[in-house]
Amino acid sequence: MNKVDIVIVGGGPAGLAAAVAAYDDGAKNILILERDEQLGGILNQCIHNGFGLHTFKEELTGPEYADRFIRQVSERKIPYLLNTMVMEISPDRVVTAMNREDGMFQIEAKAVILAMGCRERPRGALNIPGYRPAGIFSAGTAQRLVNIEGYMPGKEVVILGSGDIGLIMARRMTLEGAKVKLVAELMPYSGGLKRNIVQCLDDFDIPLRLSHTVVDIEGKEHITAVTIAEVGADRKPIKGTEERYTCDTLLLSCGLIPENELSTAAGVQLNPVTNGPVVNESLETNIEGVFACGNVLHVHDLVDYVSEEAAKAGVTASRYARGEQNDDSGREIAVKAEGGVRYTVPVTVRPDHVEDQLTIRFRVGDVYKDSYVSVYFDDTRVRHQKKRILAPGEMEQVVILKKQLDETPDLKTITVKIEP
Amino acid sequence: METKELTCINCPMGCLLTVEMDGDEIRDISGYTCPRGKTYAEKEVTNPTRVVTSTVKVVGGRKDRVACKTQYDIPKDKIGAVMEAINAAQAQAPVVIGEVLIADVAGTGVDVVATAHAV
Repeated sequence: MNKVDIVIVGGGPAGLAAAVAAYDDGAKNILILERDEQLGGILNQCIHNGFGLHTFKEELTGPEYADRFIRQVSERKIPYLLNTMVMEISPDRVVTAMNREDGMFQIEAKAVILAMGCRERPRGALNIPGYRPAGIFSAGTAQRLVNIEGYMPGKEVVILGSGDIGLIMARRMTLEGAKVKLVAELMPYSGGLKRNIVQCLDDFDIPLRLSHTVVDIEGKEHITAVTIAEVGADRKPIKGTEERYTCDTLLLSCGLIPENELSTAAGVQLNPVTNGPVVNESLETNIEGVFACGNVLHVHDLVDYVSEEAAKAGVTASRYARGEQNDDSGREIAVKAEGGVRYTVPVTVRPDHVEDQLTIRFRVGDVYKDSYVSVYFDDTRVRHQKKRILAPGEMEQVVILKKQLDETPDLKTITVKIEP
Repeated sequence: METKELTCINCPMGCLLTVEMDGDEIRDISGYTCPRGKTYAEKEVTNPTRVVTSTVKVVGGRKDRVACKTQYDIPKDKIGAVMEAINAAQAQAPVVIGEVLIADVAGTGVDVVATAHAV
């Protein structure tokens, strides 16, 4: 059986950044497995700009951002296989994959990095009543059709969900000559970035209807109309508020789900809030030597943070593969999300393995204005940071110094919460 | 006097900005809560610009489209003309990232460049 130090499952932004960082840390025997015909993942179809402001201090499009990392991978001659599907990862890190040239094959890895990304929530998961005609697409599918294949899904468009991909596609379809009638959002706030609401909707006078959802789909062969209704605080449609819109296309931008079928089959424990693996400070899952990063771990809004997180996983996986991760005092601290904080990554911290600092990433469950992000070491508040705004659509982070952890040797629990 | 209302895009606060205009002259800006908001409002009412991204048709290669962008931001009211030029254009494979696909698009003085490779 083929033996390598690190197998990276997925050649998107997370996989690429993990590979580069692992290589630079000294791991030279790396293999990236990618199921698409090119590296770069979803960035290839995200042709809009706004990527890389943090990483490269300039505004790049998705393919340009991907190209920067692909070049770093090529310069280091890190091997990768395209059109290759990983079928199984065993708990002892034997990776089974297949492609047209090699058929089915197995690789024994010292460490595995999960970087499979996420997929869109489909119509079937949304419980929209009505027929199942053609013309209903997830926003990302439409994005692929327009930007990669060069096909327009339709001319009269309604979009359900105000996630960033839906907003981006509202502009994209408009620029290509379609009439986007409205974007309906179930929640009383948008899940998308402010700049996308202004530059993708306001620029083109596309209305955003908050607290609205689709309650009926018409059309037998092809979609002909949808009915939109307002929803109450219980998110149930309010009778009498229905409005009918004719359309030939309905795009769904209703959330992203980490793609963890391979992980769960391997025995990786998932966090029910993120649907991503439960990880420690090294981004290592409950299975030793299996690491996770990027959207498979938790859905990000900025690729810059994916690259940063993935680089961390690359380094920790490289160290593990070298046998450097294995000795510690057994000390472990739990990280808890409370009071408005939906989840944290990581959920456990072994202080012996924290280098200079520990980054805890999290999301809030509601919009908070002029509130405080507080960090507690057991019952003691150690940080009380004022934030003018916190929103569910924007990932937040707190940084804790290694020194602080060392000064509190009996620390059992770190709690992150939002306080008024 | 004309009143323009804007949403600031610099951060998730999304401050509602109100600009009082007298012809082309700004008389008053209110609603911003930091200096970046004021600067944004000034630019948006006097010279709003955008980077346009799209795809250009490719012939003679394996891929049918290549992603592109205006190299710099262009005046917002030129977006339509720029899109027309992009949709009329055609590139010959292979295209390399950064290659100029349309020079001086729609008289803006800005080039449309490829943002991906196409073979």
